[in-house]
Amino acid sequence: MLRYLTQRLLESVAVLFLVSAGTYVLLGLMPGDPIDLMISGNPELTIEDAQRLRAVYGLDQPILDRYFGWLGQALRGEFGYSRHFSQPAVSVLGDAVWVTLSVAAPALLLAFAIAIPLGLLAALRGGWLNRGINLAALISLSLPTFWLAIVLIYLFAVELRWLPAGGMGEGLAGRLEHLILPVSVLSLSIAGVFLRFTRAAAAEILGQDYVRTAKAKGVASVGLMLRHVLPNAALPLITLTGLQLGALFSGTVIVEILFRQLGMGRVLYDAVLGNDFNLALVALLLTTAATLLGNLLADLSHAWLDPRIGLR
Amino acid sequence: MRILLLSLLFASTLALPSARADRLTIGVSQYAASLNHLLEASVAQSYLLGMTTRPLTLYDAEWNLVCGVCKRLPSFENGLAQRRPLAGGGMGVAVTYELKPDLAWDDGTPVTAQDFKLAWEIGGDPAVGALVGEGYRRILEVTVVDDHTITFLNDRVTFNYNASAIIPLPAHLEEAIYRQDPGSYATRTLYDTNPAAPGLAFGPYRIVEARAGSELLLERNPHWSGKQPVFDQVKLVTINNTAALEANLLSGAIDMIAGELGIAVPQALAFERRHGADYRVLFRPSLAYEHIDVNLDRPFVADRRVRQALLYAIDRQAIVDRLFGDKQPVAISNLSPLSANHSDDVPHYPYDPEKAAQLLEEAGWRLDGKQRKNAGGDSLVLTIGTTAGDRTRELVQQVLQSQWRAVGVEVRILNAPARTFFGQEVRERDYGDLALFAWFAAPGSVPRTTLRSSEIPTAENGWAGQNYTGYRNPEVDRLIDELEITIDAEARKVLWADLQRIYMTDLPALPLYWRATAFILPKWLGNVRPTGNLSPTTYWIEDWLRN
Repeated sequence: MLRYLTQRLLESVAVLFLVSAGTYVLLGLMPGDPIDLMISGNPELTIEDAQRLRAVYGLDQPILDRYFGWLGQALRGEFGYSRHFSQPAVSVLGDAVWVTLSVAAPALLLAFAIAIPLGLLAALRGGWLNRGINLAALISLSLPTFWLAIVLIYLFAVELRWLPAGGMGEGLAGRLEHLILPVSVLSLSIAGVFLRFTRAAAAEILGQDYVRTAKAKGVASVGLMLRHVLPNAALPLITLTGLQLGALFSGTVIVEILFRQLGMGRVLYDAVLGNDFNLALVALLLTTAATLLGNLLADLSHAWLDPRIGLR
Repeated sequence: MRILLLSLLFASTLALPSARADRLTIGVSQYAASLNHLLEASVAQSYLLGMTTRPLTLYDAEWNLVCGVCKRLPSFENGLAQRRPLAGGGMGVAVTYELKPDLAWDDGTPVTAQDFKLAWEIGGDPAVGALVGEGYRRILEVTVVDDHTITFLNDRVTFNYNASAIIPLPAHLEEAIYRQDPGSYATRTLYDTNPAAPGLAFGPYRIVEARAGSELLLERNPHWSGKQPVFDQVKLVTINNTAALEANLLSGAIDMIAGELGIAVPQALAFERRHGADYRVLFRPSLAYEHIDVNLDRPFVADRRVRQALLYAIDRQAIVDRLFGDKQPVAISNLSPLSANHSDDVPHYPYDPEKAAQLLEEAGWRLDGKQRKNAGGDSLVLTIGTTAGDRTRELVQQVLQSQWRAVGVEVRILNAPARTFFGQEVRERDYGDLALFAWFAAPGSVPRTTLRSSEIPTAENGWAGQNYTGYRNPEVDRLIDELEITIDAEARKVLWADLQRIYMTDLPALPLYWRATAFILPKWLGNVRPTGNLSPTTYWIEDWLRN
C-alpha cells in the first residue's frame, strides 16, 4: 500500500511539473501580453510606456527564463502575485476553492441523491418508468447549463421572488439561501450522467446468477438493491466521480458567472482572459491536482469495495 | 424533487430583504483589478474613485474643465499659471493649484499638497510600474508651497496646461510603504492589501468592505466636508453577464445598472421596450469612436479612392437608426460633435452607392458580373476583423458586408478573440485590410499616438505605438505638434478644422458612429447626469436624489 501511494505521489509530481511547464509556455505563446490589454483602447499611453511596463513586469524576458524563474519561486512556496485581483495568487485561490467546494460538494451529493435511486428504480422496474427516467436523464444531459440557470433565475428570483438571483449572501442563512439556485442547476446538469451509469450498471448486475439466486431465496427488492446491486454498481460510479472531480473543480464557470460565485471556474476564466499568468497557472495546477486526487481516491475505493482488485 | 421543493419552501421563509432602504446597489460589469489609481487605468476603477476621491480638475457633463479639489482653475490671466524658461532650453509652464479647504481623508487626517506630491513621485517612479498618462509624465518638478498650495512645473506649454487628473495618495499611510521598497510597492499598497483601511478615501464615500472581484460596500465618509450624499451606503456589485445583470435588476438584487460599465445600447433598447414603464433608460453619446482602421500597406485599400468608395457605400444612418434606435450619432469626422473643436467643414460621405461605384471605376476596379476586378484580373476582395463574440460589432460587420457587396466589393469576415485581435493582429498591423474597433480619448485630446507617423508599430520598435493604419502625412504631423502647444482657443479651432478636413479626405480610418452609454435607473433615482466623457457620473454622486 505504502509503495503504491509513493509511486502515485511521484507520478503526480511529474504530471504537475509537465502541466506547469506546458501551461506556462502555452500562456506565454498566446497572442498579446498584459501590457497590450492595458494599453488597448487608451491612446494616452505611448511607446515608451509600453516598453517601460514590459520591463517592470519582466515580460521582455524569454519565456523559458520566465518559467524557470517562476518555478524557482514556486519551489520556495511563492506562487506570485495576481495582477487581476491585486493579491497573492494563492490567497485568491484559497478563497475560490472554498466557494467552489460550497457549490460543487452539495451539487454532487444532490446529484447522487437524484441519480442513484432513480437509476436503480429504472433498472428494477423497466417499462414506462424506465423510459420516463431515461428521458429525464436525456433532458438533464441535453439542457445547456446557461439556459437552465437563466430560466431558474427568472422563475425563482424575478417572477416568484423566492430566491436571490446571485451573490454570496451574508451569514449562514444568507449563504444557504444563495446556494440553492447554483447547487440546483449544477446538480441537475450532472445528475443525468450518474443516472445513466447507475441504471446501466444495475441492469447488468440484475442479470447475474447471484442476484437471481438471491431473488429465488426470497430476498425483498429493497434488500436486494442495497445488499447486492448497489455495492457492485458503485464501482463505475466511483470511477466517474473521480473523473468528474477535476471538471467540477474548474468547470463550474458558467454557474459561477451567472450566480456571482467567485469560485475556481470564474477565477480561472478571468485569469486566462486577463493574461494573469500566475493566477491561471496556479489555478490549473490546483485543478490538475484535484483530478489526480480524485483518480487516486477512486482507485483506493475500488480496492476497498472489491478485494479482487489489487493495488500495484 | 420533494427535497428540492422543501428547500425552496424553506428558502422562501427566510425572505431576506434584497436591499436596505438607505443603500443604493449598483450593478457593474467589471471589477477594478487594483484600487490604487496609479496601478490601473480602467473605467471600473474610475467609477469607484468618483465616490472615494476627486482629481484636481475634471471635465463636467458639458465637457468644460472644472475644479475637482482645486478652488479655482489656474490660468495665465489669474496668475496661477506662468511661463518659465527651462534649464535645458524651451519653455515650460508653472501651474499652481490651491486646494479646497477642509479636505480630509476618512480617518480625519487633512489632505495636503504633500499627498499630491507623493502621488506624482510614485506615479513617475519607473520601479513602481505605474500606469499613468501624459499629465504625470510632463511634470518636471513639484513644489509644495504650503499645505494647501502646490505648483507643478510642466515641460511644455500645452493647450490643456491647467488640466490635471492627479489624485492624491495619503502620505501618512502610503509613503512608508513606498519608501520601504519602491519595486514591490504595487503588491504592498494598502489600497489592495486592505482596501477598507481608514484613511484611503477623501470623497463622499469610503470603502468598508471589499470582496475582490465581486462586491464593494461603501458608506458615507464622516470627514467629507462637501455636500452630503443622499444614500448612507452604496454597494457595487460585479456581474459579468448581461442576462444575469438584467435578471438581478428585475429581481431587485440591484437598483440600477451603471452606464459606464453596463449593457450595450441594443440590449438597453430591448430592455426599455420590455420594462420601460418601470425603469428610466438614459442614453448618452460618449467619446468612444467606433471606426474601421484601414491597413494602408495593403495594396487594394492603399488607394484613397477605394477608401472613399467604401465609406460612400455604407448607409451609416440606417445602421444607427435600425440597430441603435438613433441613440448613437453618425461620426462625420474623428472628433466628437460634442467637442467645441468639432468641424462641419469636412468632406461628407452620405450613403451614395452610385458615387462609390464611380470612385471604384476611377480607381481601376470594373464590375465583372457581381464582382469588381482590376486590369490585372485581381478581384476586389477585402478582409475585415473585429473582436469575436461582440454581438453588436458582428452585427454591424454583416450589414457592412452586405452593403459593400451591393457595390461589388467582396468582404470576408475574419474575427478573433479580443486578446488575439488587439494583442497580435492590430498591434502588429497584421489584421488584413480592415479592423473594426473603438478609440477612447479625453475631450480635446490630440490624436498623437493614433495618427502621427512616429507612432507606427514596427518590428524594429517592438510593435510599440498605436498608429495601426500606418498613416504618414507630414502636414498631419505638423498639425498634431502645433495643436499640442497652441493655447489660443480660436487658433486651436483652425488647426482642428484642418486636421479633421485632411483626415476625412485621406480616410486612414472609416468613421462609423459615436458609441452611446446606456444607464438603467429606477424611477425614484434622480439627477444622475451622464457626461459622455471620461468623467464618470459618480463624481457628482452627492447630487443624486431619491425622488
